[in-house]
Amino acid sequence: MARITVDVDGMSYTHDVEPRTLLVHHLRETLGKTGTVVGCDTSNCGACTVLVDGESIKSCSVLAVQADGAEIETVEGLAAADGTMHPVQQAFHEHHGLQCGYCTPGMLMRSVCFVRENPDPSEDEVREGLKGNMCRCTGYQGIVSAVMAYSQAAGEQEAGR
Amino acid sequence: MTATSDAATDRDEQRPEIGRARLRREDARALTGRTRWTDDMTLPGMVHLSVLRSPVAHATITTLDTAPAARAPGVVGVWTGEDLPEQGAMPTAWTVSEDMKTPPYFPLSVGAVKHVGDIVAVVAAISKEAAEDALELIDVDYDELPVVVDPLAAKQEGSPLVHPDLGTNVCATWGLDSVSLGTGGDAAAAIREAESDPDQVVVRRTLRQNRITPAYIEPRSIVVDPTAEQVTMWSATQVPHIVRILMAMSQPIEEHELRVVAPDVGGGFGGKLQFTREEALVLLIARRLRVPCKYTETRSESMQSSHHARDQVQELTLAAKRDGTITALDVDLTADMGAYLGILTAGIPLLGGFMFTGIYRIPAYTFHCTDVFTNKTMTDAYRGAGKPEATFGIERMMDELAVELDLDPIEVRRRNWITPDEFPYATAAGLTYDSGNYDQATDKALEMFGYDELRAEQRRRREARDPVQLGIGVCTFVELSGLAPSRVLGGLNYGSGGWEHSSIRMLPTGKVEVVAGTTSHGQGHATAFSQIVADELGVPFDDIVLISGDTASSHKGMDTYGSRSLVVGGMAIVGAARKVVEKARPIAAHLLEASTDDLEFVGGRFSVRGTASGVTIQEVMLSTWLAHDLPEGLEPNLDADFTFDPENFSYPTGTHLAAVEVDTQTGRVTVRDYVCVQDVGVLVNPMIVDGQVHGGLTQGIAQALYEEIQYSQEGQLTSGTLADYLVPAAPDVLRYRTGTTVTEATTNTLGVKAVGETGATAAPPAIVNAVLDALRPLGVTDITMPCTPVKVWTAIHEASARTTEGAVTA
Ligand code: FES
Ligand code: FES
Repeated sequence: MARITVDVDGMSYTHDVEPRTLLVHHLRETLGKTGTVVGCDTSNCGACTVLVDGESIKSCSVLAVQADGAEIETVEGLAAADGTMHPVQQAFHEHHGLQCGYCTPGMLMRSVCFVRENPDPSEDEVREGLKGNMCRCTGYQGIVSAVMAYSQAAGEQEAGR
Repeated sequence: MTATSDAATDRDEQRPEIGRARLRREDARALTGRTRWTDDMTLPGMVHLSVLRSPVAHATITTLDTAPAARAPGVVGVWTGEDLPEQGAMPTAWTVSEDMKTPPYFPLSVGAVKHVGDIVAVVAAISKEAAEDALELIDVDYDELPVVVDPLAAKQEGSPLVHPDLGTNVCATWGLDSVSLGTGGDAAAAIREAESDPDQVVVRRTLRQNRITPAYIEPRSIVVDPTAEQVTMWSATQVPHIVRILMAMSQPIEEHELRVVAPDVGGGFGGKLQFTREEALVLLIARRLRVPCKYTETRSESMQSSHHARDQVQELTLAAKRDGTITALDVDLTADMGAYLGILTAGIPLLGGFMFTGIYRIPAYTFHCTDVFTNKTMTDAYRGAGKPEATFGIERMMDELAVELDLDPIEVRRRNWITPDEFPYATAAGLTYDSGNYDQATDKALEMFGYDELRAEQRRRREARDPVQLGIGVCTFVELSGLAPSRVLGGLNYGSGGWEHSSIRMLPTGKVEVVAGTTSHGQGHATAFSQIVADELGVPFDDIVLISGDTASSHKGMDTYGSRSLVVGGMAIVGAARKVVEKARPIAAHLLEASTDDLEFVGGRFSVRGTASGVTIQEVMLSTWLAHDLPEGLEPNLDADFTFDPENFSYPTGTHLAAVEVDTQTGRVTVRDYVCVQDVGVLVNPMIVDGQVHGGLTQGIAQALYEEIQYSQEGQLTSGTLADYLVPAAPDVLRYRTGTTVTEATTNTLGVKAVGETGATAAPPAIVNAVLDALRPLGVTDITMPCTPVKVWTAIHEASARTTEGAVTA
């Protein structure tokens, strides 16, 4: 067992974990943060994507102990405290970027990171940027439109500051 | 009357909601991570199950010792087939022929395994990790037996038998012909005649349907709580009602003792239309242990054990006159069942049997199908279920005919398709298409696509011997959706009805609960159904809530598959809503001191014709609930139930056009443009319709270019993870261009047709036709799906070797 402390969506959690515990299982099972989900066992689907110190990572591909001391953002922390949706959530809603919603937590977190790295992407760049996240429902068209719209909204917000 | 209009633009004033691209009310929970998937659940005292799966394709189990595993830390119990005498055989709902062979199929295999992933034992432990660790301690020896993986080989005398006790690998044979149906002539005779007639041609092809899998992103998960009077099962299923009844029919539990809940379910596409062994196992173990139990499959388990689909060999013969008019079609199908029968397995190719005639006037038709067992995972429904396979067959043949006669592929279709004045049209396969306008959809698609310009570009690139060739592919299709009239299903020996149920309950404050027998796993039922009810009852959209997916609250239903939610389930909702209005009418008349005959109901308000006096249905409800002053003999509620049994299937149609670029040096196929014009009748929510089309297209393109479940000769699954089974990602597909024409369905009051399966049905032939169109000048005449770079490259090289050889010998 190893003692780790992680900050998840603004709350600090300290727990003893088995060294083999994956971050995604620590989030879901120990912390009860079930917004982040699992879709595969080969790090292909991206459903488990969260931000660790601002970087989007597949939380099934890191151990919880590796995240000791890290600041983790999940889908559950995206909306404002009063419930106002984050612009990326709003964009997915408006552009029909989800159907069953299972890939959505990972898609949203990846999109946040991607747009931060590439604030004014072309459609092809968006597609490339999302290539580690699978969606079986939408055919990606709604998702790509949503990320384009989100990048514009984020850009305008920056400009307005 | 068949109303056709160019687009779904004219919204009806009486129906302000239908046709409106409302944003989905289901989004908020998913976007904020507040969805509840089955695997998110934890119950007090819950234990975790893991199952041991066979690593070999066919074997007798000689040793199976669970004692060391049972002693492992945290283990609560371990069971094999022998330890679970109460387990019942898994049922199949579709007995396609009287002599159909049904192999033994139990939650836990007894004595032998029939495919990689077959279940040998189950462990319960205090954590998933402890259960998985214990699996490794189970001592099992397999005495391996000969394996058969190819369906054609399985049919041969002397082939290894998957189930030796059955004495054959043939599960069933089934046929259909237009002479016995009284719908047309003798296809065999017509083909013989064509063969000796210089004015006719006969085209023969053998086509393969690759084995694929639905690959929903949420793995299946099951939780059973046996601690209350009624046992509750939560399952990531499309079919909670069917699971409940099949569980009661096959396992030791009565129907009233079990409640099945489908909470949030992540995708389905048919993959979660199954009554699974894992569901039965979790229930059996939970009842033994008397504590809540959970099982969640891993992705690798899902690839081995969730059903696969397609996997057919189609031998097709098409006869036509030299002007392109088709005279006969004969289809001889071999369909791979895999090792066992799921609930619909044997019926899937049968559904296709009705659809091989496509949108065409075919005067003589025969269909013959042989279902065979192999040592592979069983097949069952996947997006379209039988119809994509049939559409592929006929649409590939239309192109082959076009090549044979040197006609444009659009032209050869045009010369054969059913024209608007011929509807309702009785096909040679025995169906009656209610409505359609194939010219309209095709003309629109051609225009959007810029067909003539692309053909010109293709000619230029051919002449220039461009290493990247352009191919154009077309598919004009019709779908058979929305299972469907119960009496027809009875005739097909399908062990289920085709009706759907709804209850509508008006609450005292005038708000509305809509209870539906279908469940959603991404299709937006809460939004679309509320739109329908808002129009029927004239109440605000936000005053409506949908309840579904739980046998305790939605007690009757046939669930969601085969694109039946709207065309069958939606009509049940309409029927219930209309009954509510009729129940409210005498009460409104009483309140208004008028005769019911003088009342009209518009926009949610009853009013006395020609006066200003009126009352809303929501006000009527409050007065009904108070019940202080009701007309004599009326019940004080505005609740209604309606069960709708459709009079026909639903026949959505459309035209798809694909432009692909094939790099002849690398074999890589890139889809450059994809235009589809769908005719799905009246659109309830165009945004949701588009989303369904996009998703279906992506799955169809994936079947054509990327996805394949592959087995080695030894029956090893060689594409068992998402790393080697290529579900496309965003860069692998493109922005689709979609259009709509509206030919109203004449068989339901809303005029709607199904949509969910159309993309997956039309895309594979459109893409493969395009790839072949690019490659024909190089001498390539056939290619099997998926058209991977290596396959395309090999086809090009083999063709050029043939031509060089030909040149040498000549
Ligand atoms: S669950 Fe992490 S990538 Fe699939
Ligand atoms: S919305 Fe279902 S997997 Fe993406």
